[in-house]
Amino acid sequence: MTSDTATTHLITDVGQSKRFLNRRRRETGLGYLMLAPSLLIFSVFVFYPFFKNFYLGFFRTPPFPGLPARYVGLDQFREVLTSDYFTNSFRVTIVFALLTVPAGIILGLLLAMVANQRLRGIGAYRTIFSSTVATSVAVASVIFGTLLNPQVGLLPWLGLTTNPSILENPKYALFAVAVTTIWQNLGLSFIVMSSGLQAIPDEIIEATEVDGARPWTRFWRVTLPLLSPTVFFAFVVGSIVAFQTFGQIDLLTQGGPIDKTNVLTYAIYKALRDQNEGKAAVLAVALFGVTLLLTTAQMRILERRVHYGN
Amino acid sequence: MATEFIESVSKPAVPIIDLVVSEEDRVAIAKRHRRRRASIAIRYVFLTFLAAIILFPIYITIVNSLLTPLQIAARPPFFFPTKPTWGAYSDAWNAGHMSLYLMNSVIVTVLIVTGQIVTATCAAYAFAFLEFPLKRTLFIIFLATLMVPFEVTVITNLTTVVNLGWYNSYAGLAAPFMATGFGAFLLRQAFLGVPRDLRDAAALDGYGHWRFMVRVAVPLARPAMAALAVFSFLGAWNQYLWPLIVTKDSRYRTLQIGLRQLRATSLDQVNVTFAGVVIAALPLIILLVIFQKQLVRGLTAGAVKG
Repeated sequence: MTSDTATTHLITDVGQSKRFLNRRRRETGLGYLMLAPSLLIFSVFVFYPFFKNFYLGFFRTPPFPGLPARYVGLDQFREVLTSDYFTNSFRVTIVFALLTVPAGIILGLLLAMVANQRLRGIGAYRTIFSSTVATSVAVASVIFGTLLNPQVGLLPWLGLTTNPSILENPKYALFAVAVTTIWQNLGLSFIVMSSGLQAIPDEIIEATEVDGARPWTRFWRVTLPLLSPTVFFAFVVGSIVAFQTFGQIDLLTQGGPIDKTNVLTYAIYKALRDQNEGKAAVLAVALFGVTLLLTTAQMRILERRVHYGN
Repeated sequence: MATEFIESVSKPAVPIIDLVVSEEDRVAIAKRHRRRRASIAIRYVFLTFLAAIILFPIYITIVNSLLTPLQIAARPPFFFPTKPTWGAYSDAWNAGHMSLYLMNSVIVTVLIVTGQIVTATCAAYAFAFLEFPLKRTLFIIFLATLMVPFEVTVITNLTTVVNLGWYNSYAGLAAPFMATGFGAFLLRQAFLGVPRDLRDAAALDGYGHWRFMVRVAVPLARPAMAALAVFSFLGAWNQYLWPLIVTKDSRYRTLQIGLRQLRATSLDQVNVTFAGVVIAALPLIILLVIFQKQLVRGLTAGAVKG
């Protein structure tokens, strides 16, 4: 009797673990199957081209199509990365990021603060403040490009005029592209900052109101510190986006005048257009290097969220 | 600020208090009221001022699309279309190929959004509900894709697409974007919020993984799905570099590249360019008005813990 029950126990145990093993195996198969589509796309269009890019940098593209590319080791990297062309392009990219990112955040925050009050009809203002999210880079660029046009544009008529015209002026072209970009991103910046503001509990703000803190002090001492994760996020993501700016440049200045708006992405595009794959690849590696620093910061934030999630 | 607003609305209480306050106090109260009303007026003026600056480029674009090229070049300029002409719209729509570009943009965007939602849902489900070897490593690989800017892969991707025979086609426009590491991450977080008991209960009811995913997990993760949809929609719709280099004629050009073509046309058709801009912006404006809530969630999905 006792031995009997022991045997049945044993049998069911074996059966259970077998079933469990089967389930494990099926789950593993299913898991890989569900990841397969994404992994396929990533392998073909992210990882393969990423590594291929370094490889391409080792080969100099021949001056005439049809000739084989020549292996030059690190020579091309050294040559391109120390050239004035690259240094200029790199500087332009950084200046562009400095012109657009902080200004975008500050203006977005200003709009969010102004719209974050209980007034009748404030909803309409909020909609207007976020309206530029509906504009694409191309829409914004064509609008500003035409508005700045010396013959038909409104802005020259309003007195905003230089000689040569703003977009052809080495001094002002990048600034004009930056203003276009800031305007186009304003809606997004406003939305992000607003949601950050709304995430601050009302009680905290009310408590400081009761304390009699002046609005300015309240902003610096309470609101801004509580908003800092949002601002930090906007800063990192905004910088990444700024370093990948392309459409505005292509539509407004084509990298000119005299390469004054030749941001890295546009330099890559130009090298690619001239069928100089080797040079384009080296420039792309440089772009990756810069964004890597920024994305590492972004990953830190994401990672923290992963831990929260678990 | 909120309390001030409530006070300024609940004015009927004031006359009762008036009976007990002195003449001096009454003057002071009236002064304070006036000041408060002035401060509210100033706020509206400031808000309207900001709104006007932001809307000005859009407003002037709409006005110019309704003017003739001569009127646009006139000085002083027209700030209001006295005799609106709609010809620029039909020119942009037909001769400017905007109808074709619009259709191309819609097709490519639908392909990308659908593709991303499907691949991200599957991947996120695997990461959230299944156990298998190398899970953590694979998740890190997914996150690693976020570190590679598309511009870096563009050189080889162009060669790949040409070799696949997809140059100048919808497949070529959409294929590289059919998967998303960010989307998989976002949905995984949402799936992790689905109570474990629910999975056990569903298993007792004989639900397999597919049925549980479609019937339970996906509906529960709807806000995150909507956020991802909006996010990938905006990304796909606004693409510029890739459609520029992977298409060669108007048959497959998207709206954004179509605008580039319109901008290149001569100044005596500048009203057509403006009409093209309005046509290109309109679908997004309409969608944003309808899906404002999802939009805000989609855009802030990464910014604020949700």
